[in-house]
Amino acid sequence: MRILLLRVIAILVTFIGLYMLSQFVTYQMDPYYFQVLIECGVYIILAVSLNLINGITGQFSIGHAGFFAVGAYVGAAWTMIWQPMVVGRYSFLQMGTLHGDILNLLIALVLGMISAGMAGFVVGLPSLRLRGDYLAIATLGFAEVIYVLLLNINSVGGARGLNGIPTLISSGNLALFWIFLFVIISIVLSRNIMQSVRGLTWLSVREDEIAADAMGVDTTKVKVTAFVIGSALAGAAGVLYAHFLTGISPDIFSMNTSILITTMVVLGGSGSVTGSVIAATVLIVLPEMLRFLKNDRMVIYSVLLIVMMLTRPQGIFGTKEIGFPKWRRKQPKTEGRSA
Amino acid sequence: MEAQTAEDGGAIRIMSVLEIRDVTKKFGGLAAVSGLNLIIEPGELLGLIGPNGAGKTTVFNLITGVYKPSSGDVIFQGRRLNGLRSCRIASLGICRTFQNIRLFKQLNVLDNVRIATHLHTKANLLDSILRNTRLLNNDRELTEFSLMILRSLKLEDVSDQRSSDLPYGLQRRLEIARAIATKPKLLLLDEPAAGMNPQEKVELMELVRCVRRDFHLTILLIEHDMRVVMGICERIYVLDYGELIAEGKPEVIRKDPQVLSAYLGE
Ligand SMILES: Nc1ncnc2c1ncn2[C@@H]1O[C@H](COP(=O)(O)OP(=O)(O)OP(=O)(O)O)[C@@H](O)[C@H]1O
Ligand SMILES: [Mg+2]
Repeated sequence: MRILLLRVIAILVTFIGLYMLSQFVTYQMDPYYFQVLIECGVYIILAVSLNLINGITGQFSIGHAGFFAVGAYVGAAWTMIWQPMVVGRYSFLQMGTLHGDILNLLIALVLGMISAGMAGFVVGLPSLRLRGDYLAIATLGFAEVIYVLLLNINSVGGARGLNGIPTLISSGNLALFWIFLFVIISIVLSRNIMQSVRGLTWLSVREDEIAADAMGVDTTKVKVTAFVIGSALAGAAGVLYAHFLTGISPDIFSMNTSILITTMVVLGGSGSVTGSVIAATVLIVLPEMLRFLKNDRMVIYSVLLIVMMLTRPQGIFGTKEIGFPKWRRKQPKTEGRSA
Repeated sequence: MEAQTAEDGGAIRIMSVLEIRDVTKKFGGLAAVSGLNLIIEPGELLGLIGPNGAGKTTVFNLITGVYKPSSGDVIFQGRRLNGLRSCRIASLGICRTFQNIRLFKQLNVLDNVRIATHLHTKANLLDSILRNTRLLNNDRELTEFSLMILRSLKLEDVSDQRSSDLPYGLQRRLEIARAIATKPKLLLLDEPAAGMNPQEKVELMELVRCVRRDFHLTILLIEHDMRVVMGICERIYVLDYGELIAEGKPEVIRKDPQVLSAYLGE
């Protein structure tokens, strides 16, 4: 009971805190910094969700932008294409009021996450047969297929993309609220998975698949589950980003984006949620800070990346975490312990 | 009443734990195991010995579903295992250790054992994500159980060390601890004493004897060193070039001319 109460309080505090922060930030923050902050949030969700697949379960997936794109386009398709088709019959779906916007955003989120999750399921299946480099190529191939499809499907705007997406998350200044809510969800979810016995089986697949199998771990199920959950979260990031930008085009989801997300996970230290969060922030903020260098910016950025990887090949954090209370060994109550 | 039945148990024909019926495994032209018949009775500590390359590890791989038999059946508690996946076989109650240690290297000792308890978790993935009371209670139970196993294998003092940092002998012991944590009915040990000095070997065999008693296990033990198995096993199977060349009590095996010649290479 006490746990439940603490939970409810924690959730309430998070909601209220995020809401107030969201209001404050939208009015007080320079729009440019605000934009950077939102991008950080989106990429933290992407990096943390890819870390579930790559870092925790040990599958080398490098096509995360594909799932990001599926979420963004399906979410935008709801608000721009499908919602107008059904709103006549179901008037409660009307946008423009706060609760109408929230309802539509939730529907977009659900659709985006389910579609991305299904894509993750399909892409996860080869991981049962393919290992390492081969899986990497298959996932990158998937992301490219999505990219090319988006370029060529006219109903979603082709290369121009979709523009004029209703900005459901900025109404009531809730952009930061929604995005950081999902940041928190993805971090807490990763942490809870890693700390539970069932989640440890995900780590065992990364550590030694043959031994995991011998311990009764259904490695097939673990890998596919990791893919589905990781992609669904990337899908959520896509939905939110699309409704923040109000305009999306295939270029946002190109191979560069896939590589950027992968770099975040590797740089942070595969398997470390803390690392993913920090690396995502660094890789979004750093290029902005280097803007004064004008054209040399990307060169310096690349050099910095190389230096970081050379000095710490295991990533900034290795597999360590900050702020995760380590499982404390309770003193056994029996006297059987040797003194 | 119940006690009486248990005492009469000797008279009743008890189903064997494992039965290998005429199993052959071919790799290309080479028959790593050919026409093997083997029976393990409940509670037995059975030895499987033979010179290098005799096919001992292959027998384990056949039992645990890593390899499928080219012909023949593996029957566990009356159930055919052929074609089942490894993880399924493990969940039925057969667990093994590896000759070339396969620990979850980056994880600590306790987590290595906790992973193996997952078969007994009643909490599903959603519970794990929500970290609800069911999960907390369940995980606490499993952790207590893991600690209990570590204690009985005298690994409690290193429970928070990274498993790859352990000295070799303790890594071997952790492999046994991890296998026991799945609560197997049949435990397969693949040369658990390999690479140890004679003193350590004796200690390890003593430990094997203890865990068998404490956890009510049936054990099939592979060992290269004949002297080690002689002291501990009740019955021994001897393989050579994939074929069974002898079976029986240690004192019989010790004198068997075929076994002697296989080992001395005559
Ligand atoms: N996957 C495989 N492919 C081809 N040949 C194999 C395979 N596994 C085992 N063998 C062969 O089968 C034979 C038996 O090997 P196995 O590992 O079972 O022997 P062992 O009795 O465990 O030997 P050791 O005492 O050295 O561990 C060997 O000749 C080996 O080369
Ligand atoms: Mg062997």
